[in-house]
Parts: sequence; structure tokens; C-alpha cells
Amino acid sequence: MKTLYWEEEIETLPRVGLESIQLRRLQHLVARVYKTVAPYRHKMEEAGVTPEDIKTLADLRKLPFTVKDDLRDNYPFGLFTVPMEEVVRVHASSGTTGKPTVVGYTWKDIETWAGVMARALTCAGAHKGDMVHNAYGYGLFTGGLGAHYGAERLGAAVIPVSGGNTKRQITIMKDFGSTVLLSTPSYALNLAETMDALGVDPKSLSLRVGIFGAEPWSENMREEVERKLNLKAVDIYGLSEVMGPGVAMECLQTDKGMHVFEDHFLPEIIDPDTGEVLPPGEKGELVFTTLTKEAFPIIRYRTKDISRLIYDQCECGRTLVRMEKVTGRTDDMLIIRGVNVFPSQVEHVLMSIEGVEPHYQIVVEREGNLDTMTIQVEVSESIFSDEIRVLEKLSRTIEVEIKDMLGVTCKVKLVEPKTIQRSEGKAQRVIDKRNI
Amino acid sequence: MRVEQIAVFLENKSGRLAEITSILAENDINIRALSVADTADFGILRLIVDKVEKAKSVLKANGFTVGKTMVIAVEVPDRTGGLASVLKAVDEAGLNVEYMYAFVNKTGEDAVLIFRFDEVDKAIETLQKSGFKILTGEQICAL
Repeated sequence: MKTLYWEEEIETLPRVGLESIQLRRLQHLVARVYKTVAPYRHKMEEAGVTPEDIKTLADLRKLPFTVKDDLRDNYPFGLFTVPMEEVVRVHASSGTTGKPTVVGYTWKDIETWAGVMARALTCAGAHKGDMVHNAYGYGLFTGGLGAHYGAERLGAAVIPVSGGNTKRQITIMKDFGSTVLLSTPSYALNLAETMDALGVDPKSLSLRVGIFGAEPWSENMREEVERKLNLKAVDIYGLSEVMGPGVAMECLQTDKGMHVFEDHFLPEIIDPDTGEVLPPGEKGELVFTTLTKEAFPIIRYRTKDISRLIYDQCECGRTLVRMEKVTGRTDDMLIIRGVNVFPSQVEHVLMSIEGVEPHYQIVVEREGNLDTMTIQVEVSESIFSDEIRVLEKLSRTIEVEIKDMLGVTCKVKLVEPKTIQRSEGKAQRVIDKRNI
Repeated sequence: MRVEQIAVFLENKSGRLAEITSILAENDINIRALSVADTADFGILRLIVDKVEKAKSVLKANGFTVGKTMVIAVEVPDRTGGLASVLKAVDEAGLNVEYMYAFVNKTGEDAVLIFRFDEVDKAIETLQKSGFKILTGEQICAL
């Protein structure tokens, strides 16, 4: 198979050359951040490190980590390195305690992002002339717009359908001749099921490849999506704190990991308990440093995603390191229909409702192809009523508040007290029955 | 003029009602009247018992969520139109019935209607003015 590249030179550069680019960019970044962002400077001072200490790539480990709390503490724009008039876009994702995580982009950042996303699309075999059906949500979430700009940069025609309205999406696929599908893997399965219900044969469509991300999915799910939608399914990785979609991308030649676009995003794998960098090939927490971002660069950001880096040369010819499919999290974050949900956010909402006690459990299931979240809430005396409508109103209030605050639909089930197992120490807040 | 009723939260799972009635029996508590309201997910058991405080504490001790509410018990002759006459008076006074249930006393001559109103005092006043006989908790237990 002949490999298509977007930027062949950088994608196939021998590692020595790549590493020298990385070092130069890293030194530049650290110097700039040290000078312009007080919170970064303070952390570096505390760690006793100055920009001059970064002499080799291995010196990266001298720098302090950045965690989600740092973003929250500097909400909304405290970690931006450029004046606001240079910022042309902001995105936000939900935070763990109600405050969202805000990221910003200069015009050059938007161009860099479009470039890496075009590179990702090319990895999946997409090209000028393709009809890119972009079913990622448009809005504060980086998925929709990130993929959109990349597809335009590629020269493909973008159909910005966003999420939802599944029947219309299928009509559009049929009538417009969509060739590349971008969505969450669970939505892809939903599309397949709806096609089946409508009697639309996927073989009658023009779909060739599906680029799926924003939530964890298994190899079994890949096979299912490929069979049901009659396309090749590939995995994409990204997170808003680092850029958005287009941080790493699977190529068509391998299913053993996604190529990390290392000239822009420098990966490390650390032991999540000690913070020590692990030897190549070992499994641990993925950490990213952005090398080229202007408005919101980030140094050693702990993603809490568990993965491993694969340095073997890929058959596609790319020298870029591959990251294995994310196999878990170091925290309790759930991804429900592409939305990040922390149990602490659910608790926050529950506690804001008068009388509700923090005895709850979140049950996540996959019904058909869609994730469902049920929140079991124990009925204490303070919320109990002898009237059905009062209790039903309470359930609805919680459902509406969760939807408002977290952007995800849930069902509230009222349960008897002590139904939810009390544990010694950490309560088991989540029962995930999805088997992914 | 008010009657204390206890309400118990029930998940819709088998055996819960049996468990509650056994607990009450073991503690020598007599149920005078009961009703169950339910939805797909849960139910509310409402009980009028002879020993309200004891019933409440033993059920709580067994892990149930128990509430106490004031209801009104109206005695009407057990014949056609008995309930209708009460509801007519209630309706004319603009009172809203949250729920109600009924039982017939041992003699079989009278029926007892248990009402839950939002405005308890106004309801008592209205019903008394209309000449209905309102029972106390002791009277119900003595029936």
C-alpha cells in the first residue's frame, strides 16, 4: 500500500533530526513561558529549575508537571501566554468541580491545529475530493471545529452535520455521498443501527473510512463498526488541554497505536504514583508538552490516560512514535457519549439540591449502542414525601440540573437508604457495566 | 381532628411489603388502614397504625425511610353517594385532594375516608361546616 503523507519530510524524518527540532522548540517554549506566565515561573522556581537547565530532551523531566487543577486555579485565562487581543478562539471542557477548563488559540495556533488535523486525516487515507461527514459536536467542545478546519485544510468538502438528528445524517450521507465519517465510536454504532431500522444498506453508501475518537473503544467495537458500516475504522486521539483532536492518529497500516505528532506534542510516559519517567515501551500515564502552541502552551500536562509508547518503525514509513490505544484512566473520569464526567461533578449537583445527601451511585451501561447514565440516589427523610409527585419532581430536578451542568442526559432512580454499599475508605461511586 | 399517618419509601422489588408488615406484626403494631401508590421505579406505602411512634422507630431501625404526615379521616354512611357528597363539599371549597383512600369499619355500616389535603385546617373547617363526622386517631383505632 502506498502511504499518503501530508508533510512527508517531517513525518518520516530520522529520529535524530526530529529530536533536534523538539529540543530547539522545547527550549524556546520554556524560555517564553518562564518569562510570560507567572504561575509557570513560580512552579519552576519552586522546583529550582531555570530555562537554561534545559540542555537536552532528557532535561524535560526536571520541569514540574501541569495538572487539571492548575487550569482551574488560573481560570479562565491565567495560563495564556499572549495578550487577549492575540487570541482568536477559546474552547472549554467541563471541569471536575463545576468550573470548566478553558483553552485559547491564536490564529497561528488554529493554523497549526488545522495542519495536524489534516495530517491525521491523511493518515486515514482521506484526501482532497473526499466528502467529510463531521458528526463531532460543534461548540465549546474541540471535536467539531478542530476536525472541521483540518478537513478544509486538506481540501476536502466538509459537511458540518455535528451530532444528533440521526435520520437526517443518513439521508445526507446518501444524497451527498459522504466518504469519510468523523464521530464518536458509539455514535457510529447508533448510525449503523438507525440505517438498519430504515432499511439503508451501508454498502449502498460511499463511506470508506471512519475516524473515531473522544471516548474509549475496544478492538471488538472496531470490528463491529467496520462490519456494520462497511468501512475501515481508525482511532484518533486528542484533548483540549493539549490542542483538541489531531494530537495522535492511527495510520491505515497498523492497528498497534496512533502516531503522535511529535514535532508539536512531546509525549512522555510516567509512573502515575511516583511521577518518574518510565523506560520506553512501559505502560503508564501519558504526559504531553506542546512544542509550538502560542496562546495556551502546556508543559508536562498529566492526561491521566494510561498508554504506552511504541518506538518500532511503522510499516507506513512514519518515524513518529506511536501511542497505544488508551486502556484506562488514573482517575475516575467517565466518558459518556463523548462527554467527560467526573463523579465529583455529579456529587456537586446533588449537594446543591436541598436535602439531598451524598449517598449516590452512578451506573453506566451501554444500551444498544448508546451509553446511559443512571444516578441512584438514596431517599433520606429530608427528601422523602408521602406524595408521588414530590418525589418525581425531585428526580426531574436532578436530571435537569445534571443536563445543565454537565451536558449529559441521565436518569435518576430513587432507592431505599443503605441500598448503596458503604465502603471502608473510598466509596464506590461508579459501576461501569460497558465492558470496554 | 387530625390523624397521623406514616409513609414508607419502597423500591419496587419483591418482598418489601411483606417485610414491613412482618416487622409491624413482630412489634405488636396493628394496621388500621393502608394504601400503596407506585410508579415504575418506586412506591410509597401509607399506613394508619395504632402505635405511630413505635411503628416509625422500628421501621427506621430496619433501614426504611419513614415520614409522618397529617391526614383527615371522615366517616360517612356506607351507602351510594357517600364519597360523592364529601367530594362535592371539598370541590366547592376549592380544596385540592393530594390523595385519598378508604376502608369500611367492622360493623359494615360506615366507611372511613382518609384524605390528604394541602390545607388541612381549611379542610377540617369545610367538612365540619358541611356536617361531616371527622374522626381522631384514637377513634379510628377504636373502630
